[in-house]
Amino acid sequence: MSKVIVVTSGKGGVGKTTTSAAFAAGLASKGYRTAVIDFDVGLRNLDLIMGVERRVVYDFVNVINGEATLRQALIKDKRVDNLFILPASQTRDKEALTKEGVESVINELKEDGFEYIVCDSPAGIEKGAFMALYFADEAIIVTNPEVSSVRDSDRILGILQSKSQAAINGETVKEHLIITRYSPERVNNGDMISLEDIVNILSVPLLGVIPESKAVLQASNSGVPVIMDVKSKAGQAYMDMVERYLGEDVPHRFLDVKKKGFFKKLFG
Amino acid sequence: MMGFFDFFRRNRKKNTANLARDRLQILIAHEHARRRGAPDYLPRMRDEIIEVIRKYVSVDDNGVNVNLEKGDDYDVLELNIALPDRK
Ligand SMILES: Nc1ncnc2c1ncn2[C@@H]1O[C@H](COP(=O)(O)OP(=O)(O)OP(=O)(O)O)[C@@H](O)[C@H]1O
Ligand SMILES: [Mg+2]
Repeated sequence: MSKVIVVTSGKGGVGKTTTSAAFAAGLASKGYRTAVIDFDVGLRNLDLIMGVERRVVYDFVNVINGEATLRQALIKDKRVDNLFILPASQTRDKEALTKEGVESVINELKEDGFEYIVCDSPAGIEKGAFMALYFADEAIIVTNPEVSSVRDSDRILGILQSKSQAAINGETVKEHLIITRYSPERVNNGDMISLEDIVNILSVPLLGVIPESKAVLQASNSGVPVIMDVKSKAGQAYMDMVERYLGEDVPHRFLDVKKKGFFKKLFG
Repeated sequence: MMGFFDFFRRNRKKNTANLARDRLQILIAHEHARRRGAPDYLPRMRDEIIEVIRKYVSVDDNGVNVNLEKGDDYDVLELNIALPDRK
């Protein structure tokens, strides 16, 4: 059995690619054969975040156009077994992704024994985002604690529930919520919307909360999915999320303000 | 003269997170209604109806439900008002 999971958000720059890389690497590290596809045609970035940019020869669109085989285009990760990356094309042609083309690639990955196929969606609610979500069995909605991101998440949920293949066939896409760049301090001060409020407004089950963390930028600088930085809070929160996704009962962490020490309280 | 407590009150920051939550709740209810094909005057009409009712009895915000049922030939606007308990 294979599952197609789209990582989407509507709004740009909220952490879809960071989450796709971490989630796919996490699943693979648990022994599942996993492919992660960059749907951001024209703006490919997943290859950079995963540190495989120099190994890109063929891309997603080459495979769709029959210019390369899937095997030639898939990049096998050298650090994590079972992890494969299908990079996006740099073409400016918005029509490069066709439903038939995307479907055939996904089907070939399924036949090839991939258990999880993670689709990193581009921002927006246009063609690219639509292609990334159309064949999804499940969706990870990436949201920042900020009004426009929450609203866009709601809009992308509406599209999933009405325009995806599953919805058209009268089935439902299983939804998961990830809140990223969360800052308990700011929630405590009353200037960041709390995760309870976000969950309430979107009414999607919460899969994970990833704190705002410097480790994310450091990981992307070095081309290593942040989940592999096992010492960082963000990395740990992503691993918790993967384990929760796989059915383990893992409590949420990093939601509370750390207690300031005595001296910090006096002078900080 | 500004009292001690006024000083504190003035310096306490507004809780903008709650403001964000309230605005989102209203906006998203509105957008959901539109998605379901309900006319977009419904939320505003609901607020006005609540105001009128409040001139006579005290009802709370959740005590008034406005619902539009789509039928084959005609639509039904259903108005449900829960009056306060008789004590
Ligand atoms: N938890 C986090 N803490 C701090 N920075 C973060 C966190 N998550 C993401 N970022 C930063 O936010 C930026 C956007 O992240 P990312 O590229 O993953 O977003 P995206 O949703 O894929 O963007 P796009 O819509 O352009 O595809 C990056 O600079 C990344 O380092
Ligand atoms: Mg991205």
